[in-house]
Amino acid sequence: MDSTQTFRVFNRGPSPVVRLLFFALLSLLLLFMDVRYRHLESIRNILALPVQPLQRLATTLTIGPGMLWDQLSGYLDTQGNLARENMQLRQQQSVYATQLLQLQILQAENSQLRKLHDVSQHAEFPMQMAEIAYLERDIFKRKVYVDKGSQKNVVTGQVVMDETGVVGQVTRVYPWLSEVTLITDKDHAVPIQVLRTGLRAVVFGSGNISNLELRYMPISADIQVGDVLVTSGIDGTYPPSLLVAKVIKIERGPASPFAKILCAPLAGVDQQRQLMIISGMHKLPELPTAEMQATATKSKQSKRSTQ
Amino acid sequence: MSDQYSKDQEFLLPASSTFIALSMFVALLLNWLPWQGLWLALRPDFAALVLLYWCTHKPHRIGIGIAFAVGILADVADSSIFGQHALSYSVLAFGGILLHRRIQMLDVREQPLQVFPLLLISYAVFASVHWLTRGSLSWEFFLGTLTSALLWIPMSILLQTMRRSRSDPNEL
Repeated sequence: MDSTQTFRVFNRGPSPVVRLLFFALLSLLLLFMDVRYRHLESIRNILALPVQPLQRLATTLTIGPGMLWDQLSGYLDTQGNLARENMQLRQQQSVYATQLLQLQILQAENSQLRKLHDVSQHAEFPMQMAEIAYLERDIFKRKVYVDKGSQKNVVTGQVVMDETGVVGQVTRVYPWLSEVTLITDKDHAVPIQVLRTGLRAVVFGSGNISNLELRYMPISADIQVGDVLVTSGIDGTYPPSLLVAKVIKIERGPASPFAKILCAPLAGVDQQRQLMIISGMHKLPELPTAEMQATATKSKQSKRSTQ
Repeated sequence: MSDQYSKDQEFLLPASSTFIALSMFVALLLNWLPWQGLWLALRPDFAALVLLYWCTHKPHRIGIGIAFAVGILADVADSSIFGQHALSYSVLAFGGILLHRRIQMLDVREQPLQVFPLLLISYAVFASVHWLTRGSLSWEFFLGTLTSALLWIPMSILLQTMRRSRSDPNEL
């Protein structure tokens, strides 16, 4: 290689080694800046403008024919099927209507009771529908993109759910799209409460699409297979009492001080196309300054202890 | 076969910039199809392959700078950390330029063996960046190098035929 390079007739600019060093250093710098400081989001947004429509195009080109077939077969569905389905839906709707009536009465009663006891009101959480635009193609991550972005007032940290439970959390917002990290993403944490006992804990994603883990639960913790986990709402990010997961397996080994608890997400984390983004963050009262410092140091300590 | 291949190479059309850009664009689109699950692990990295093809066949026109730019686009599309794809594609392009004489000399059926280690190194760079930042790794990620190396043969034959002159020499 060197012998061919000593005699150069044409000037070709710097040698490949120099170029590699330059671009490798440049990308390492970018990596460092992105991981450490997150200053590059505006550049990412600008570059995403031409890239994201192309990605959606690629997705629709693949899924498109299947959807067209679905529509066509739906159009050709027999009248009898439609009538039967219509009847079922009507019956279901009347059941729901009565339930809703009861719910309204309960809500009114609840707010009155809360007022009587001088407890702060549960906020209403306005929500908007969004559709999955395309999926993340990184094998290491569990993410989807939905078709509502900062133009529709989506902000990072909002919770995404389907009709049964929590699906994920908005982690990055583009003008017309936003990135949702699923709760099954590795090390994604959701603060929860066991519905049966009220025990508080944090559930982590395992990186596997159908599993969540409850870590650092003592062996004596009162948890059974089949327990339902709901969001606790004390973190101020997740609204309270949304369904998250169900305990499917508990291993209490003699060697480990912690029980190994596996849970399955209740929402169809990888099946839905329509999702709901819950707007309206839960507003907590401001902490008094002295207490705030105390909790800050405490949380640092607890972080250290969990690590 | 080997003679045929090198003889054909003399009559290849000069690769126009639009053709190179178009092939890169199609490769990126193929990468952006909604791959999932095991298919995602088995997916060959089309962009890396086409980039490597041009780096080995036109090393003075397609170099590390363009590989870096394509990598940045891939980073935005996959919302990976800025520079992760860029770094791995830059390393890949460097390998391609370093080995371009050897790869051009060989028959197309023998080329995958030369291409495979280059792909492996570039995948390893990508995975090590991920490992350093997130601390976890899944080994099925490396299956992509095998399928990519196998796809090298049909892809280079396809690009080679598209670069061949269409006009029939006996027509005149």
